[in-house]
Amino acid sequence: MTFVDTIIQGILLGGLYALFAAGLSLVFGIMRLVNLAHGDLIVLAAFLILVLVIALGLNPFLAALVAIPIMFAIGWLLQSLILNRTLGPDILPPLLVTFGLSIVIQNGLLEGFSADTRRISAGALDSATLSLGPINIGVMPLLTFLSAVAVIVGLNQLFYRTSLGCAFRATSDDRVTAGLMGVRADRIFATATGIAMVVVTIAALYLGTRANFDPTIGPARLIYAFEAVIIGGLGSLWGTLAGGVIIGLAQTLGASVNPEWQILSGHVAFLAVLLFKPRGLFPRAVE
Amino acid sequence: MALLETNALTAGYGDFQALFGVDMSLDAGEMIAVVGANGAGKTTLMRSIAGVLRNGADQISFDGEPIGALPAPEVMMRGIAMVPEGRKLFPSLTVEENLLIGKYGRAVKGPWSLESVYGLFPVLKERRNSPSTALSGGQQQMAAIARALTSNPRVLLCDEISLGLAPIIIRDIYAAFPRILDSGASIVVVEQDIGQALKVADRIYCLMEGRVTLEGPPGTLSRDAIHAAYFGGSRS
Repeated sequence: MTFVDTIIQGILLGGLYALFAAGLSLVFGIMRLVNLAHGDLIVLAAFLILVLVIALGLNPFLAALVAIPIMFAIGWLLQSLILNRTLGPDILPPLLVTFGLSIVIQNGLLEGFSADTRRISAGALDSATLSLGPINIGVMPLLTFLSAVAVIVGLNQLFYRTSLGCAFRATSDDRVTAGLMGVRADRIFATATGIAMVVVTIAALYLGTRANFDPTIGPARLIYAFEAVIIGGLGSLWGTLAGGVIIGLAQTLGASVNPEWQILSGHVAFLAVLLFKPRGLFPRAVE
Repeated sequence: MALLETNALTAGYGDFQALFGVDMSLDAGEMIAVVGANGAGKTTLMRSIAGVLRNGADQISFDGEPIGALPAPEVMMRGIAMVPEGRKLFPSLTVEENLLIGKYGRAVKGPWSLESVYGLFPVLKERRNSPSTALSGGQQQMAAIARALTSNPRVLLCDEISLGLAPIIIRDIYAAFPRILDSGASIVVVEQDIGQALKVADRIYCLMEGRVTLEGPPGTLSRDAIHAAYFGGSRS
């Protein structure tokens, strides 16, 4: 039963990585922008939730609900004021600017919150478990995974069922022609980054309640998010979920053999997938 | 007063100048054709009007207002829609989603709804849920025209719509123009193929090397004059 237990823990952990990755996947899919500050933005959102929990005494889930519109606005402004100016035929400017942004966020958080590790407490939910026969499942990991599935379903519905989603896809296909049809790429991109920050806030809620965090852990989350996006195939949201699950599974299986192998086995799984499927598991048919 | 006018329009790409002082005008309800050889500046003219290329504000006026410096989405909102060269349908969208994108983010009033563009090109209704990439060349061209129409433009710019299509398909597509004119829109078509343009247009403009070399109603222009304006030099 330990083996089944390990598999289930791995899949549930994959949900967290999929949440880290979904926002990155969304932004890359629409505007071909690789946001190197994505991990730091997750940490920023975690601190925002922490502040709301401490200052207003809110339940973390309620605090995340309050944080969502704030993070949407931050994403919208970040894209309109800064990142839109970096987009162009050259891929280097967005990388440099978001790399700089990552450093700015980390150091800003260090100034404001020191390097102490923090944790957001979800009260009794922290240690609550569901017993399914011989297997115990943590309620928080389960909620994390269900949220990841809900986010992916929601983003897919948005993409393929709404007129905003049509505008996202049209702009992603051909920015100039979309402009001729009256679609303003700068606003579309700002909205997309805003939505990505909503997903980032949901990821931050589970990051902060599940484990300790401090201002410098962003880049490591970015790596997992990247790996999940690449394994899944660029631009595919379901692929991103699959990618997250593969990394989560590899990490827990590795850790069950030897705890020192947890991180390494995730990266090895990533390299193994790339070796056999260089474009990821579910690459988009239209490039 | 003309509905759409260019005043000594100069335009180009970086150091390359493609238009040298083009004066063109389009009246309400009129259909004009801009003809010329490859590289004459026809597409540059269309892209300048549509706002893909930005110019001096006063170089292009629409309904009495300067629009030369406006970006493409704003030109489009004011009522100038373009059917770009090469169709440029969005490959990730279905046919119907392509048609609806012209209405994105605003309420549009006018004669052209999904139903009425399907009435104009019935084949699109049969293929409404197909990906746009599954259409034939002629169907793609119809979809590109329909996509521009759903925004209910006052001016429809059509760039090289017969390029790469069989003559019978071109005839079908041109057959739609009288109905588009009847709906109240004015039309500018750009063609390399003079034959089609002479048949349908109220007036033609001949462009050569970025300048207007000839202008007038087709009936008043001799074949020789057009030939000279198109290719340069004179036939002896």
